[in-house]
Amino acid sequence: MGLRNLVDKIKPTFSEGGKLGFLHSTFEGFETFLFVPNTTTSKGAHIRDCNDIKRVMIVVVVALLPALLFGMYNIGYQAGIEGILPAFWFGFLKMLPMIIVSYVTGLAIEFAFAQKRKHEINEGFLVSGLLIPMVMPISVPLWIVALSTAFAVIIGKEVFGGTGMNVFNPALLARAFAFFAYTPQMSGESVWYAADGKTGATALEQLSTTGGMEWSAMDAFIGLIPGSVGETSTLAILIGAAILLFTGVASWRIMLSVFVGGLAFGYLFDVVGLTEFPAYYHLLVGGFAFGAVFMATDPVTSAQTNAGKWIYGLMVGALAVLIRVVNPAYPEGMMLSILFMNALAPLIDYFVVERNIARRKKLIKNVK
Amino acid sequence: MKLSKNFTNPLAANNPVIVQILGICSALAVTVKLEPAFVMGLSVTFVTAFSNLVMSLLRNGVPSRIRIIVQLVVIATLVIVVDQFLRAYMYDVSKQLSVYVGLIITNCIVMGRVEAFALGNKPWDAFVDGVANGLGYAFILVLVAFFRELFGSGTLFGFDVIARFGYVNNSLMLFPPMALIIVGVIIWVHRSINKDLQEK
Repeated sequence: MGLRNLVDKIKPTFSEGGKLGFLHSTFEGFETFLFVPNTTTSKGAHIRDCNDIKRVMIVVVVALLPALLFGMYNIGYQAGIEGILPAFWFGFLKMLPMIIVSYVTGLAIEFAFAQKRKHEINEGFLVSGLLIPMVMPISVPLWIVALSTAFAVIIGKEVFGGTGMNVFNPALLARAFAFFAYTPQMSGESVWYAADGKTGATALEQLSTTGGMEWSAMDAFIGLIPGSVGETSTLAILIGAAILLFTGVASWRIMLSVFVGGLAFGYLFDVVGLTEFPAYYHLLVGGFAFGAVFMATDPVTSAQTNAGKWIYGLMVGALAVLIRVVNPAYPEGMMLSILFMNALAPLIDYFVVERNIARRKKLIKNVK
Repeated sequence: MKLSKNFTNPLAANNPVIVQILGICSALAVTVKLEPAFVMGLSVTFVTAFSNLVMSLLRNGVPSRIRIIVQLVVIATLVIVVDQFLRAYMYDVSKQLSVYVGLIITNCIVMGRVEAFALGNKPWDAFVDGVANGLGYAFILVLVAFFRELFGSGTLFGFDVIARFGYVNNSLMLFPPMALIIVGVIIWVHRSINKDLQEK
């Protein structure tokens, strides 16, 4: 345990009153990143195990890996690179700068705020920093990634008090910022391909304009279609979903209800004739599956009560399909629908709790 | 209250927009460009100043039961004067401001100052208070419009400032939500300077 000894040895330097005491939060952040904290909460009832927020976040990062790795391969595949490994390597080199920029910007701001406010560094950004490049088109300029990350962390998170206090999902906020601020760089025909000169609409855009797409549903399921890096492969996302559900990190109620809500509304629109493709297409193309598994289930911004989770999930799915079908200006509705429901989640919880109180009060009355 | 305090207070420590959170709607609507924001700020200053002055002069003659109607008549008259003046001399700006000049009549700052200050103070004090509150409002509008025009269009008062250096316009700045965020950030900065304003 050489590392442990080293950390213990330099600890006084960074503690209150030490030479580098002002870097206390930074040191603390690195220490808990390396080691499980040896302190336990003394007040209240707690389940005692070694899972702190960092471990939970790491599970989410692991769950994101299949979609990320496949996304890297898909970047090369869409750019027309032959062979699995060369295509993956091409995509990896394209993707790496985006990930680095996102992490460096976000963590720098988080560290600065933690230092200034003298609280511990929160690890929420571990996931957000990976999610942000995964929901962007591959050709987006790096300064847009940096700017939208900064916006999401400062306006979306630190203003509300940091990790756990945010109203909106930071990664989606970053995407929303980039989408509305730099629309030409974020949507259209040319942004989905890393190769110069190659253009083409995404499956979602084709579906909304022509009612069909040039790929088969199987291609869309496996993910060999253009789109934001992480969102194309429903298969890889489902593997991630399995990891999240197995470890109990994400709520199955939300995941299931988002899919049910989307499917139900997709079916409804299919029946009334607003769309000319089967309802399940909605679940395969665009960011629907990615949003349902990794964004809507964000424990901070989603509804907290069980009944609330069902309502929240159903409305996320339904609204996403509604925006996709009815509003021609936004072919992708998942981002807006999740952000919208993020804002409504506390309200849903409030009514669920009120209803429960009313029900229990009625019970008391009946007993009398 | 001392006259100078009376004048400086609404500019910073008791700013109508960022402390009392009044007049937000127009602050979001007319701040896409600096020029309309500037004109709007001056218009509101004119209306608050003279409605305060007139109502202060009338304050002993108006029965309290009908004072709101009298205030409305005074304010509406001043707003119409401003509106006609803008249409006559600054037609372009008047078109950009569209209904928001007419809506000055519903601006909470105007009625608020008349009710809270002019009805209980001497004409000169009321006039200074009106000018200061109008300028406090105008200052925030110009500040918001400065950031929105600079980063949204790359220009200031229509002159190319940073667009020539290859600046890519941030179109979110042109949408009203961004004005709300900028006002929020101004409030944030303002409160971290004036610690006594922070809510516990």
